[in-house]
Amino acid sequence: MGNFPLLSTLTFLPLVGAAFIFLFARGPEQAVASNARWMALFTTGAVFVLSLFLWFGFERGTADFQFVERVAWFPQYNITYHMGVDGISMLFVMLAAVLMPLCILASWDSIKTRVKEYMIAFLILETLMIGMFCALDYVLFYIFFEGVLIPMFLIIGVWGGSQRKVYAAFKFFLYTLLGSVLMLLAMLAMYLQAGTTDIPTLMATEFARGLQIWLWLALFASFAVKVPMWPVHTWLPDAHVEAPTAGSVILAGVLLKMGGYGFLRFSIPMLPEATAYFTPMVYVLSIVAIIYTSLVALAQQDMKKLIAYSSIAHMGFVTVGMFTLTTQGVQGSIFQMISHGIVSGALFLIVGVIYDRMYTRRIDRYGGLVRVMPKYAVVFMLFTMASVGLPGTSGFVGEFLVMVGAFLANTWVGALTATGVILGATYMLYLYRRVVFGPLEKADLKALPDLNRREILTFAPLIALVLWMGIYPSSFIDVMDASVEALITDYTVALERVSAVQLAGH
Amino acid sequence: MTELPSLTPALAEIWLAVAGMALLMFGVFSKANATRNTSYLTVLALAVAAALVLFTGTDGKEITFNGMFIDDPFGRFMKALILLAAALAVVMSLPYILKEDMDRFEYPVLFLFATLGMLLMVSADDLISLYIGLELQSLSLYVVAAFRRDTLKSSEAGLKYFVLGALSSGLLLYGCSLIYGFAGTTSFAVLADLFGEPGTEISLGLIVGIVFVCAGMAFKVSAVPFHMWTPDVYEGAPTSVTAFFSVAPKIAAMTLFVRLLMEPFGDLVDQWQQIIVLVAALSMVLGAFAALNQRNVKRLMAYSSIGHMGYALVGLAAGSEAGVRGVIVYLAIYLAMNVGTFAAILCMRVNDRAVERIDDLAGLWKTKPLMALTVAALMFSLAGIPPLAGFFGKLFVFQAAIEAQLHLLAVIGVLASVVGAFYYLRIVKLMYFDEPVESFDPVGRDMALVMGASGLFTVLFILMPAPLIDAAGRAAQSLIGG
Repeated sequence: MGNFPLLSTLTFLPLVGAAFIFLFARGPEQAVASNARWMALFTTGAVFVLSLFLWFGFERGTADFQFVERVAWFPQYNITYHMGVDGISMLFVMLAAVLMPLCILASWDSIKTRVKEYMIAFLILETLMIGMFCALDYVLFYIFFEGVLIPMFLIIGVWGGSQRKVYAAFKFFLYTLLGSVLMLLAMLAMYLQAGTTDIPTLMATEFARGLQIWLWLALFASFAVKVPMWPVHTWLPDAHVEAPTAGSVILAGVLLKMGGYGFLRFSIPMLPEATAYFTPMVYVLSIVAIIYTSLVALAQQDMKKLIAYSSIAHMGFVTVGMFTLTTQGVQGSIFQMISHGIVSGALFLIVGVIYDRMYTRRIDRYGGLVRVMPKYAVVFMLFTMASVGLPGTSGFVGEFLVMVGAFLANTWVGALTATGVILGATYMLYLYRRVVFGPLEKADLKALPDLNRREILTFAPLIALVLWMGIYPSSFIDVMDASVEALITDYTVALERVSAVQLAGH
Repeated sequence: MTELPSLTPALAEIWLAVAGMALLMFGVFSKANATRNTSYLTVLALAVAAALVLFTGTDGKEITFNGMFIDDPFGRFMKALILLAAALAVVMSLPYILKEDMDRFEYPVLFLFATLGMLLMVSADDLISLYIGLELQSLSLYVVAAFRRDTLKSSEAGLKYFVLGALSSGLLLYGCSLIYGFAGTTSFAVLADLFGEPGTEISLGLIVGIVFVCAGMAFKVSAVPFHMWTPDVYEGAPTSVTAFFSVAPKIAAMTLFVRLLMEPFGDLVDQWQQIIVLVAALSMVLGAFAALNQRNVKRLMAYSSIGHMGYALVGLAAGSEAGVRGVIVYLAIYLAMNVGTFAAILCMRVNDRAVERIDDLAGLWKTKPLMALTVAALMFSLAGIPPLAGFFGKLFVFQAAIEAQLHLLAVIGVLASVVGAFYYLRIVKLMYFDEPVESFDPVGRDMALVMGASGLFTVLFILMPAPLIDAAGRAAQSLIGG
């Protein structure tokens, strides 16, 4: 593989596919749509196959950045095109590469209008997502990070559900933009200090404590909106409800992880003192998110909204785990992000399946589906259990590790976090009971067809992954182990150095 | 002074002056197709001028006409931008004036004279030549604003522009006279030497003079609080004229502003910085908020340009080489985005009638997919969303602002850009989310080319940013470095 620019290929291959669709998909509408679908599937599939080289070629046990590429870009400003992955980002790249073909499959029949544009938007989105996780230059990262807004805005606004889609698209766009522009200024301030936007260099740069506090808050404004943390989460339920199924999958599966990834890549390693200072605040906000949004989820009438709120609660686990800065906590939070990416993606697909048949997401319109759709009920059950955190599924490993980390850091945080597991079980099982069990009374439900071949094909890889992650988590932990260890070591060393300096000063 | 001044630094200006007069004659004596042929020849004259600017200059500074006129890389770069903007404006105007019954050959010639004024402004090295260049530009612009003299709106726009422009020229002139009175010279170089000496006392009168000059310049770049004329003039003037107004004069005035503050008053940063900070902040905020409720696309673009000038002024407020470089990059990118946007606005015609409500853009994706795509890219770029060019313009001015410790200004700027994003997004929303009402008339080939080029520039800038930034860096260096 030598000097083959694998990461750039992964990043920009979808763009090539999009260009092909844009230039060559001509003719009658039906043919264009079909060509666009196949081309998109082919491209995302190729990206997935290439990503396997990343998975197998990745050297475990080292915290160094791998597959590094570096090209001069803005030489006058010392900004380079710098790509590379470590044990943390590699998993997210894989996540995006796995989810994308499934999203294309999930949109196969449900998207009927402007298929060509839809596929182009999704392929551009894939480029931006993968690029963001590979970027090792802050400016490059920022470009991908914020560029995501454009295709997502169009996906929600054009192919979204109801009258409120415009509102949801604007809210999504402006909310996230507001957070990111503050990060932009923080980035420029860091650039002024370090003279470069190279991420590894910035990680090694020490910022003064007073500056760290401000920088941390600015970064927090951006990442907290993306995660989303309470109380800046309100864009998420709107965006989820209005987005088309595949849009929701990508939103929950990958875009929310951008916030968590941002904390791991920027806030914690670059601003350790401020991280330590703000950790209690993050705990409080996360615990509020876990408990409050779980309760809100319990009261939802709309399935997508319920899952959206559950996402916020699950992301609360992620932020708690991350900021414990214990091995278990950080590993758990990364694991939980990957697991949540797959499980919540799958849950949105599950909602999509019956939405495509009934065109409603209201929970009380359903009931007793197990009698007509047994395969569906099994799949739904599996992902419900994974979301609840049943041992043997991926959700268990993540939640368990996060709670171990939380108990190690602070018993109260651990105890309150654990209530989220109970609440999570409540709303998910309650949802499952109302939709799948009970009497099959409504006439229009009686004729519903079960999962078709394409849908089974969509779910099969997700089921395999959830079980793999649940039964043999080591294959994932091994990948991130060294990077997480390095992250925590650097963090502790930085704090110790600071306290040593303070002691010497007294 | 028996010796003839060196003419080589001013070749482009001399050429344009001669060409303009020749074209007037040509227009009068040509029988058929006078407007069309004059327009083509005007573009040719501008192209020749651009070639003269780019290929005859030396790498250093040259001063001629007794210190009235300066030719340096900074000026040459900005002149190239102005000439490009002017030539594009003539090209874009031609189909419009032919259709809208403004078919008179003076139109391109007036553009040419305005451009000549702009080049003189850029090269001004003395308060007197500054004023002469500015007035040559303004007088030509007053006339073209009122070019459709038979319509009320256009004459109103011309008159408004003239009255307010005269007022601002008065302010400027008053400021110049104060500066002359207190410093005893009008030459930029002598002023710079005077203030460069350590321990020079800065008298109050001089500061008042600088404030007046700044007010006059703020009027020309349409920065708040001297922006009131902009929306009315943009709306009232013929669209093709608005397309010209929104780019070339803005670049020229901004260049002059930069040169004025950085060269003679470069050592007085502490005195003028707060003025520019305030003006920049107000422009960004007003440009964002006032545009929110605009329904007319030309008014919307007027507020948008007020906001954009605010962002460019952020770079100037930094008062550093990085700031000037930021301003130059910003203006170059602004040129590309605005030309494309106005090309699209000029193509907004239904049944051979120009329309200018933003609602007319509804459902454009269906009727004109490529145009919709281009406009969407331009709107996202104007909003400053990466990876489009507009983002980089903002990035570099904010970088300069952070470097100059203007944190509050930077925060105001980015927050205003979020507000501003709303109205750009609304246009995207109209084009992509809504259903079409009426289809626009077919887009001419020239317009499609202009739009396409500008769209491609905004999208592809990210791939090859180095040449533009290099050139801007050299230009900024020549202004600051010596």
